[in-house]
Amino acid sequence: MKRTPFLFTRLGWTLLVLCTLGAALLPLLHLALPETHALHVSGYALGLFGKFMCYALAALALDLVWGYTGILSLGHGVFFALGAYAHGMYLMRSIGTEGSYGSRLPDFMVFLDWKDYPWYWAFTEHFAYCMLLVVLVPGLLAFVFGYFAFRSRIKGVYFSIITQAMTYAFMLLFFRNDTGFGGNNGFTDFKRILGFSITAPGTRVALYLATLAALVGALLLCRWIVGSKLGRVLAGVRDGESRLMFIGYNPLSFKLFVWTLSAVLCAIAGALYVPQVGIINPSEMSPANSIEMVIWVAIGGRGTLVGPILGAFAVNGLKSWLTAAFPELWLFALGLLFILVTLFMRKGIVGTLPALLPKAARRKEALQTEEETA
Amino acid sequence: MSMDMVKRAGVDTTHGAILYLEDITVSFDGFRALNNLNLDISVGELRCIIGPNGAGKTTMMDVITGKTRPTSGSAWFGQSHDLAQMTEYAIAHAGIGRKFQRPTVFEQHTVFENLELAMKMDKRVRPTLFARLSLEQEDRIAAIVRQIRLNGAEHRLAGLLSHGQKQWLEIGMLLMQEPQLILLDEPVAGMSDAETARTAELLNELRGKHSIMVVEHDMGFVAEIAQQGKVTVLHEGSVLAEGRMDEVQAHDRVIEVYLGR
Amino acid sequence: MGTGFRRCDGSDLTGYLMRHMVTRLLAVLVLCLPALAHAAIDPALLQPLAGDDPDARVEAIARIAAIGNDDARKVLQALLDDELVATPAGQLLIVRDGQAVDPATNQTLALPDGADAIMVNNRLRGAARAALSGMALLAPEKGQRLAAATALQGSAPDPAQVPLLRRALERETDADIKLILRQLVATADLQAADPARRKAAVLSLADSGTPALRKQLQAMLAQNPDGSYVEADASLRVAAATTLAAIERRATRNDIIANMFYGVSLGSVLLLTALGLAITFGLMGIINMAHGELLMIGAYTTYLTQSLFRHYWPGAADWYLAAALPAAFVVAFAVGVALERSVIRWLYGNPLETLLATWGISLMLQQAVRTIFGAQNVEVANPAWMSGGVTVLGSLVLPFNRIAIIAFAALVVIAVWLVLNKTRLGLFVRAVMQNRRMADCVGVPTGRIDMLTFGLGSGIAGLGGVALSQLGNVGPDLGQAYIVDSFMVVVLGGVGQLAGTVLGALGLGEINKFLEPFAGAVMAKICILVVIIIFIQRRPQGLFALKGRAVD
Repeated sequence: MKRTPFLFTRLGWTLLVLCTLGAALLPLLHLALPETHALHVSGYALGLFGKFMCYALAALALDLVWGYTGILSLGHGVFFALGAYAHGMYLMRSIGTEGSYGSRLPDFMVFLDWKDYPWYWAFTEHFAYCMLLVVLVPGLLAFVFGYFAFRSRIKGVYFSIITQAMTYAFMLLFFRNDTGFGGNNGFTDFKRILGFSITAPGTRVALYLATLAALVGALLLCRWIVGSKLGRVLAGVRDGESRLMFIGYNPLSFKLFVWTLSAVLCAIAGALYVPQVGIINPSEMSPANSIEMVIWVAIGGRGTLVGPILGAFAVNGLKSWLTAAFPELWLFALGLLFILVTLFMRKGIVGTLPALLPKAARRKEALQTEEETA
Repeated sequence: MSMDMVKRAGVDTTHGAILYLEDITVSFDGFRALNNLNLDISVGELRCIIGPNGAGKTTMMDVITGKTRPTSGSAWFGQSHDLAQMTEYAIAHAGIGRKFQRPTVFEQHTVFENLELAMKMDKRVRPTLFARLSLEQEDRIAAIVRQIRLNGAEHRLAGLLSHGQKQWLEIGMLLMQEPQLILLDEPVAGMSDAETARTAELLNELRGKHSIMVVEHDMGFVAEIAQQGKVTVLHEGSVLAEGRMDEVQAHDRVIEVYLGR
Repeated sequence: MGTGFRRCDGSDLTGYLMRHMVTRLLAVLVLCLPALAHAAIDPALLQPLAGDDPDARVEAIARIAAIGNDDARKVLQALLDDELVATPAGQLLIVRDGQAVDPATNQTLALPDGADAIMVNNRLRGAARAALSGMALLAPEKGQRLAAATALQGSAPDPAQVPLLRRALERETDADIKLILRQLVATADLQAADPARRKAAVLSLADSGTPALRKQLQAMLAQNPDGSYVEADASLRVAAATTLAAIERRATRNDIIANMFYGVSLGSVLLLTALGLAITFGLMGIINMAHGELLMIGAYTTYLTQSLFRHYWPGAADWYLAAALPAAFVVAFAVGVALERSVIRWLYGNPLETLLATWGISLMLQQAVRTIFGAQNVEVANPAWMSGGVTVLGSLVLPFNRIAIIAFAALVVIAVWLVLNKTRLGLFVRAVMQNRRMADCVGVPTGRIDMLTFGLGSGIAGLGGVALSQLGNVGPDLGQAYIVDSFMVVVLGGVGQLAGTVLGALGLGEINKFLEPFAGAVMAKICILVVIIIFIQRRPQGLFALKGRAVD
């Protein structure tokens, strides 16, 4: 009998459905209940939760390449940000003439004395086109970068460093005003999306639910991939790439596939992030930001898919609390987290859970495996 | 990334030889690991390669499997596959399977999964993603599991197997690839006597169905599997002597080199 | 010099005056040159100054200046400082600190009653200033002459000045000043009426490099709207074109040399920042993300040393670097060893984990510094002997602090080479770098070697921090600015060999500086990152790598 991965067990499915329903309930509590009610969920909390879900999606994407394929990317933030920028272009267009200068051009372009949109802004007033950009631009970047990197068999720390270089280069590029993406201010002051006001409760709820759907969808997609034969090949890449080659697999195509997919998922997360948070600027592409994503995955438990989601929520929750209550302590706490996780909790929360299960459950499991192999 | 290897009708062995190595030289910074090596193996043959340490046995295997490019010379698999121009995975896909000195199986996968991964099939991304095990394939895996004496342990993690069992698993993975040429690099290193005997049995079962090249130090083992077949002695990167086991053992130069007189 | 000059603002006037006054004054000076005497000033010359006639006053200034001695200078300076008074009798006195001196006799007098400060207007001031700088050209002191000549370089040339400049040229003994005077003569001659003179001027200017000259030569080659040339004489145009070409060549050469220098300078900084990283990565295969913070710690140690010196030994404040260098090394070394023993030691063989853990350490160190010293930059000043620069090739200034850092980097590289190749420790380090297992078996204390090497790499980073403090701002984010660059040097240069890091650093520095003029600093950086990524394709192990059969 094959061992069944947790998520596909009955318990796993039940938990998934429960969590999804619970998450979907929050907007209801926001809209339906009056503000004074004990269970009311404020708009701020809803937005925060939505933001966390975007981060969770990004963490999931990172887990796919790191936890399952062994490729540590320290530059995934660039895909997240590019997805956000792509969507942001549409949102900037949607401001119409309601900007500070009353021009049909965004404020920052008026400020730079530009007379019209540059060529790469063409068609961005169409939502569908921008959604295409969200997927294509980071995807293409990932594909080209990955192709050249994997082809020359760059591995390990060297690869991680050049992903840092990649995101750093993009950050520098986007900080320039001439690049046409708002310079260090980025895109902000959005007014509407698809005709609906961006701050209206209905829009917020819709975005929230869209994010939830994307997260759950991505989780299921990743689960399917990881459980398939391809997933086993990926684990082979992680554990013994040369062995895999001698069996007849070309690691390049598999790495490229999962790398590009991961980038696209991350970009989608970014695209969902920007209308909920209302701003995107080049600091999202900073190397530090990408490294922070890694800690979400590490704390949650790499190679578990669910772990990174938990990790994203946990770390960002901690961050929101600390930066409000004890701002000076946040960076200490984050730094400490990195150290503690790598020294003591390499498998992360979800990874170390089975070891923490009460003795009885473990014995039962052990007995079961013994029966199977007898 | 050319997978047209998959479409070719296999290896062209119309001239009877499955592997030609002609004047292969491999030098690392002036040191010649292989020095004008000439070797050929016929279809269905079981060839044993022996030689003192540093003779170049592993480097020769590296050249054949594409891990190292020869500085000069040519290596042909059948009539049409130029090994020096192919990547490792293409060579593996074309029908050369290699077992390494130290057992390298996928420790985080079960025995079953290891064999499934190695199974001969289209190994590109899309087919792999949508692959489903057919009954026939499951049977095949079950058969190999029996052959490598691991039945009952299909769902044990490979990392938990004993050393000898890992070696067999690796041989099993090799067989799953359905290779035409099998390269075994010290298959019984570190095995107990009983395990060695069983390995010899296994190899004898394979003889004739596949072409096999075995590199070994254990003379007893070599004697048992070589039987009437050819044995090649390598020394300092080239062939020192070639012939039946008894001929080679009586060869003066071989004795000198091995015993250092 | 009529009475009808316009009322305009001071600088305008000064310029106007400078141009015409200098001519007149120098003319007078020349006439009087043979009559240079060291006597005190003839009262007759001084008297008009006390009077009302503006033209006469200006003439008087010219004549006083013509005397050319110290007394004259004193009078003119007193005029500018508003220290000249006139007695009712018409005598001119210099009043300073309550005492009156008679410039005619240099005797001190009591200040008579009714003495009034003479009226000094802008025109007079301008005249006096012009006179003083004219005198300066003939002053006995070389510094004064040089300053005067250089000042004249800044103003537009005037052909009428030429005879005067020639006289000064004849008397001049110093080569540098002669050069400037020659240029001034030639520049003025460019507008001479006589074409032969103009031509001679053009040809002789081939050696000069001042940018103003280029404009003039280009003006000569320009065309009038009707198609005819400004400069009628064709052979002159040819000469002008040749000279222009020569000047441009020299300017380009100067630019290239400047870029090369700045490239080497940047390379030396990169070398200092990356060397420590290369050593720890080469030895232990770990990337230390806290490396930037070790740089920062070195810089802050320098700051503290400077503060200490300023507080306790203000006299020796300029020598704080002598203490800062060892202090920074020791502090960074200690921090490195502490990190190695507490965190990194447990993560050997796990490069990715080490990367993450050291990143965490980096965050903590940054925040610690922010909490202790504040988030804003702290001021670290160059000691006096490092300020300023040396001028080469006429117009290129190479700053002393950069030269010092290049020298320092070279010293550090040599020191590291010596340690690695000539000491026992170095032998052990190289052994562990090449084959850890074997070294272990042979008895090399690998644990201790790791600790010491990490400390060494950190110490070098500390030294790098000292250098950085001399070049730019010191703040908690100092490390972050250099960490990506350090990585690039390590990735490009390969690990295991000193030569790789040196070449990688210098190479990157040079490429950066040569790209900058074309693409701007940011794009240059981006280009480099792309170039490195592409370079790695061809040669993943970097420029120099420890060669071996197993490089995986």
